[in-house]
Amino acid sequence: MASSSAAGAGSTDPTAARRNTKRPKYSKFTQQELPACKPILTPRAVISAFLLVSVVFVPIGVAALIASRKVVEIVYRYESKCIPSNVTDRVAYIQSSADKTCRISLDVTKHMKSPIYVYYQLDNFYQNHRRYVKSRSDEQLRDRSEEGSTSACKPEDTANGKPIVPCGLIAWSLFNDTYSFFRGNKNLTVNKKGISWKSDREHKFGKDVFPKNFQNSSIRGGASLNESIPLSEQEDLIVWMRTAALPTFRKLYGKIEVDLNEGDTINVTLQNNYNTYSFSGRKKLVLSTTSWLGGKNDFLGIAYLTVGGLCFFLALAFTIVYFVKPRQLGDPSYLSWNRNPGGH
Amino acid sequence: MAGGRRRRHHFSRIHAFTCGKASFKEEHSLIGGPGFSRKVYCNEPERATESLLSYGDNYVRTTKYTLATFIPKSLFEQFRRVANFYFLVCAILSFFPVSPYSGISNVVPLLVVVAASMVKEFIEDFRRKQQDIEMNNRKVKVHRGDGVFDLSRWRELKVGDVVRVEKDEFFPADLILLASNYDDAICYVETMNLDGETNLKLKQALEGTSKLQEDSNFQNFRAVITCEDPNANLYTFVGSLEFEDQQQPLAPQQLLLRDSKLRNTDFIYGVVIFTGHDTKVMQNATDPPSKRSKIEKRMDKIIYCLFAVLILISLIGSIFFGIKTSDDLENGRMKRWYLRPDDTKIYYDPNSPVVAAILHFLTALMLYGYLIPISLYVSIEIVKVLQSIFINQDVQMYYAETDKPAHARTSNLNEELGQVDTILSDKTGTLTCNSMEFIKCSIAGVAYGRGATEVERALSRRQETALGQELRAKNTGKISESKPSIKGFNFKDERIMNGNWIKEPNANVIQNFLRLLAVCHTAIPEVDEETGKVSYEAESPDEAAFVIAARELGFEFYERTQSTISLRELDPMSGNKTERSYKLLNILEFSSARKRMSVIVRDEEGKLLLLSKGADSVMFERIAKDGREFEENTKQHISEYAESGLRTLILAYRELNEEEYNQFNKEFIEAKNLVSADQEQIVERIVQNIEKDLILLGATAVEDKLQDGVPECIDKLAQAGIKLWVLTGDKMETAINIGFACSLLRQGMKQIIISSDTPETKSLEKMEDKSAAEAAIKSSVIRQLRDAKTILTTSDENFEALALIIDGKSLTHALEDDVKDLFLELAIGCASVICCRSSPKQKALVTRLVKMRTGSTTLAIGDGANDVGMLQEADIGIGISGVEGMQAVMSSDIAIAQFQFLERLLLVHGHWCYRRISSMICYFFYKNITFGFTLFFFEMYASFSGQAAYNDWFLSLFNVFFTSLPVIALGVFDQDVSSKLCLKFPLLYQEGTQNILFSWKRIIGWALNGVVSSAIIFFFCIRTMEHQAFRKGGEVVELEVLGATMYTCVVWVVNCQMALSISYFTYIQHIFIWGSIIFWYIFLLAYGAISPSFSTTAYKVFIEALAPAPSFWFTTLLILIAALLPYFIYASIQMRFFPMYHQMIQWIRKDGQTSDPDYCDMVRQRSIRHTTVGTTARLEASKRLEASKRLEISVHSSASKRLELSNFAASKRSEVISEDR
Repeated sequence: MASSSAAGAGSTDPTAARRNTKRPKYSKFTQQELPACKPILTPRAVISAFLLVSVVFVPIGVAALIASRKVVEIVYRYESKCIPSNVTDRVAYIQSSADKTCRISLDVTKHMKSPIYVYYQLDNFYQNHRRYVKSRSDEQLRDRSEEGSTSACKPEDTANGKPIVPCGLIAWSLFNDTYSFFRGNKNLTVNKKGISWKSDREHKFGKDVFPKNFQNSSIRGGASLNESIPLSEQEDLIVWMRTAALPTFRKLYGKIEVDLNEGDTINVTLQNNYNTYSFSGRKKLVLSTTSWLGGKNDFLGIAYLTVGGLCFFLALAFTIVYFVKPRQLGDPSYLSWNRNPGGH
Repeated sequence: MAGGRRRRHHFSRIHAFTCGKASFKEEHSLIGGPGFSRKVYCNEPERATESLLSYGDNYVRTTKYTLATFIPKSLFEQFRRVANFYFLVCAILSFFPVSPYSGISNVVPLLVVVAASMVKEFIEDFRRKQQDIEMNNRKVKVHRGDGVFDLSRWRELKVGDVVRVEKDEFFPADLILLASNYDDAICYVETMNLDGETNLKLKQALEGTSKLQEDSNFQNFRAVITCEDPNANLYTFVGSLEFEDQQQPLAPQQLLLRDSKLRNTDFIYGVVIFTGHDTKVMQNATDPPSKRSKIEKRMDKIIYCLFAVLILISLIGSIFFGIKTSDDLENGRMKRWYLRPDDTKIYYDPNSPVVAAILHFLTALMLYGYLIPISLYVSIEIVKVLQSIFINQDVQMYYAETDKPAHARTSNLNEELGQVDTILSDKTGTLTCNSMEFIKCSIAGVAYGRGATEVERALSRRQETALGQELRAKNTGKISESKPSIKGFNFKDERIMNGNWIKEPNANVIQNFLRLLAVCHTAIPEVDEETGKVSYEAESPDEAAFVIAARELGFEFYERTQSTISLRELDPMSGNKTERSYKLLNILEFSSARKRMSVIVRDEEGKLLLLSKGADSVMFERIAKDGREFEENTKQHISEYAESGLRTLILAYRELNEEEYNQFNKEFIEAKNLVSADQEQIVERIVQNIEKDLILLGATAVEDKLQDGVPECIDKLAQAGIKLWVLTGDKMETAINIGFACSLLRQGMKQIIISSDTPETKSLEKMEDKSAAEAAIKSSVIRQLRDAKTILTTSDENFEALALIIDGKSLTHALEDDVKDLFLELAIGCASVICCRSSPKQKALVTRLVKMRTGSTTLAIGDGANDVGMLQEADIGIGISGVEGMQAVMSSDIAIAQFQFLERLLLVHGHWCYRRISSMICYFFYKNITFGFTLFFFEMYASFSGQAAYNDWFLSLFNVFFTSLPVIALGVFDQDVSSKLCLKFPLLYQEGTQNILFSWKRIIGWALNGVVSSAIIFFFCIRTMEHQAFRKGGEVVELEVLGATMYTCVVWVVNCQMALSISYFTYIQHIFIWGSIIFWYIFLLAYGAISPSFSTTAYKVFIEALAPAPSFWFTTLLILIAALLPYFIYASIQMRFFPMYHQMIQWIRKDGQTSDPDYCDMVRQRSIRHTTVGTTARLEASKRLEASKRLEISVHSSASKRLELSNFAASKRSEVISEDR
């Protein structure tokens, strides 16, 4: 509509035919007259947009909420309970070589369908600290011949003059609490295979790289590794080496591949080895099923419902305004420079 | 021409200049001393080399860089920018362990950015280089020895070479004139390129060399010139020529300057004395000041603010980090033992937390550096270059007649075009074409001439559009559509054309009138030998117009000899053409003080006639008592002519008797030869005595032809709220005429004239004590300014706008430090300002005054070299690439072919560019704040250790790949309303002048939007993807997954925000915006697929972890909508309840009401500001005038009900207008 006359004037001009003229060539592009849609926020568009969002969001929110609610989750915080009541210096206790076996029991309040995922959850543990995150050697983990590339791993790079495999603070501080589960007296097997990412197992951790010289340095960190198993099969390590994003995190411990029934009591024998006491971190044991959306978290559903609801409300408000007070077209009294003379 | 057939006149007789008579004055004694040491051996190349006088060649270089200096110099330029320097420091630091990311990933974007800028710089310099090459390779004839002249390149010229310059060629260097084709060795020079003056200057060689008129004469020519060293002063020259054992003084009269042009002379011989950069022109060329737009300056401030924010959040981070770190080791016990605080590097040492914190501060500066958009400068540069291509390509700014499109020479001022508050315009060549057209005349009290002036045409066009067709019918008779066929003549009146004047009542007066036009001038006829047609070469275009008019009306002037003027004129008796010649006795020349010229001739009957023409102010007082027959009518006519902007002259004559003449002639010749200080005054007195008791014949009206569309353009600009000042070197009368012609002035406007050209100041000037005189003049100027100021404050400005007209001499004083504020206040209060007789320097000073004191954006427009200072001083300099003269264009920022294109340049391109750049910058900050703050928020959860949430390459490619192209598309293509609507609603331009789209409010709004978006992205992300499993397979979220998810959200939000905020979607926008998002996924796939040693944390993160997880997709959707919601709500409310002007126009367009003229007019009328100048205002004013007249009538006559009604309507309209103000 806007371009018709100018286009005519430009393209039919006979002078354009002349060879050596400097006349700019006419095209819709150079004259900035490309066909374009020029959306503006009319009340109709605004109301439809709001309605559309609420129509899409509310069902998603409901579905997400249902999914989250369906998930059964048992969380047991044990870091204080597993310390004998007579111990005052918890850090000294945890660092001692005493037997730190601890028995707890969990009640299943709802039927849990297999697979049931077993997690440990740590609080206030900064796996995302820059020093920590960088303290690893991917080359070494992947490639047997790169054993010596430990420059990033200080101070856990070498012990007794030999490189540590796997080196670095992450591996060194490997989580070493262990859990064994019993229903009644019957042992519930925890499958520890397939808890890590496949790409990690296959590409980041070498099949021919074996732990060496591990936990031999002056201060002992966390768990030890079986030196006869290649890194690619040390799934606890692989899981641990994927650093968590936030200071509160869960890591997969294993899978229980039988259903747990409502009313079951699960007895857990755990070795409380890992020192979270010096930085007052909590430890939790988590059993959880999953839905199509993952674990138990109402946030997504609630957020969807909130945004959908807000949009619905706004659509309503705009509709009311639209009917009550139709827009006055092009009322220039809105213009700032008409309101204050001089304008500056 | 070639054969030199043209008669060789001794023009020195016509012109009373005194050249070649310069004696050895004091200054010549300086020759040979310091500062005057140049010695030129003419025509002796060997001797010059022997004597080690190497003065450099004639090669001229205007480029910024040479091949060798390009890399270091342009690198230096790049890193002079604060932001770039910061990034350089970051890049260097990123190779040290303080860096939160890998070095390589950080250097690549910087390299891309700097390389892009350097390429741009290179291309620009290359263009300049090409111009240089063109200039340096022009050809000129140079003496090769043995009297042979051969073509040679300009660059090869050497000092001492003898050159032969032909007619209409430029002088290749500064030359000393030796001889010309005229026997008295004069030549005409056009210095338009130097000073903008269009009249020809006369130069004359020394007598000694004037005989060298043949090539062969130079075979054995030897001379030595001793002269001053190169300097920038165009109007002085001191030197001496030693030729044939005679020492002769050289003066500016012999100096031919480079870049001026030989006119009216077949050829000259000259010897080169200054070459290349030694020439006066090049010495004058200052480096063009680098200009930066206001937006860019403000952008710098924003960048500083961002730096402040950056430092602040880094500081916060460092403090927390320091505390945390020092906590890690308590009495030798490790708290966060997994970090091994007992055995650590300095960066994390709990024993020296302060050092660790300081080092962390560096890390944080680098990490949060994403707040500062690295690609901002380069994106803006790319955008601006593309914008200028659009300007260059605009078909509607192409001028077919001169085959010149618009040309944006510097691209960094595009957006400034949208913010212009004051235009300072040159007159000649800019507003006017510098061609005069004889258009009307008043003879014997009868007005002749039906041609319409430009201003009349503009007014009637305006009237049509404003009041519909009713008036159109009335006016069609008056408007002549056809353009004049003869240059300089646009006169139509059958009463006196084609010899019909004989039948008019006062035929004899008409005869005298036309004869006077044909005789009283200094023009030279040139007869085309084939067609017999006569054309004229005159000193000024109005003189040419008179002679042409006389020719067209039957008094053809065809020959001038030293003492006669020959005409072919119509004999009223016989009705045949007869040849008559007049003996030319004296020419009493025109001068700006005399404001008249006269000739004394003897006609064939032997009658002695004094023919005189001059300005009305001086002529009416010289008319005899019995010669005032037509005075009343003539006066009325000339006031009408002046109102429509015509330049008027009064013609009068008188018969002398022999005795009187002889007496006069004797005295005159005596006085002329007098050698005394007051010689001029004596001559003046004698001349005054003879020029009196004249008989009035009539008046002529010559139109100083305005360029096409100038009145309309000025009107549009006035409607857009842009002020226009005219700064001209012309006479006050001319300037006022043009003021009327452009509707800057109109009847009923109060003119405040501040002039030092009064008799009072004249007498002051004659005082002995120069400084006292100056002081007196100054106080008079101050007094005039004060008086004017009181008028300004007391006048009722609704009905009487003020116009300030000030002349150059007063301007000198008005621009002095203690007065200039007063002057500026006065000038701002006036609707139009005209400065006449102003020198180039004054033009620049006025421009600076406006620019500095009001802080508003100034645009200077001009075509001549005299405007160069003004163009360089103003925020934007626009050069008119007129018929000739490149000086203004070369120093301008944008060159256009016609003043009228200013309308489109400002209202359309300026508005668009301003809008684009400001939205672009706002958006840039938005997206970087959004991105940067997610990093900061993450740090809060990572104990401020400086760990980035994202993969290194995600970080560094954010600005370069995933968000850059849509911004560039925004900067290049976005338009709020189409060009047609821009022009239809000129007030839209005020958005730029008042800087609404780049106000701090808006910038902070966008920044806040960024913070809100990033908060929504981050907190929604960590809340949805907390610690629970995020997939059916029970996997939990790790740093890689969270980072990639958050990054995906940022890419989506930032690009969709762009889609929301632009109002113009072409396929390019679609490709860029959606393409960027798609490209992110492709990148994620590709980068994740390459070996983990490169991709590290991004390895297969998308294909393995994210893509199969529904929660990833749902999180993205949720965050996208949630993050855009605040802006969307704001925008909807704003659009609905507080629309901005461009949004209202969008409404109108949307509702399809642009085709409804009444409606549009209503909107426009209601929004238009009361313009004080321009045709619209003029029309309004004349309506008001009429209305008040009608009111008087209606009081007296009861039968004029309808008139009362219309009067009511008119006053109603003015009420509306005053409200709007």
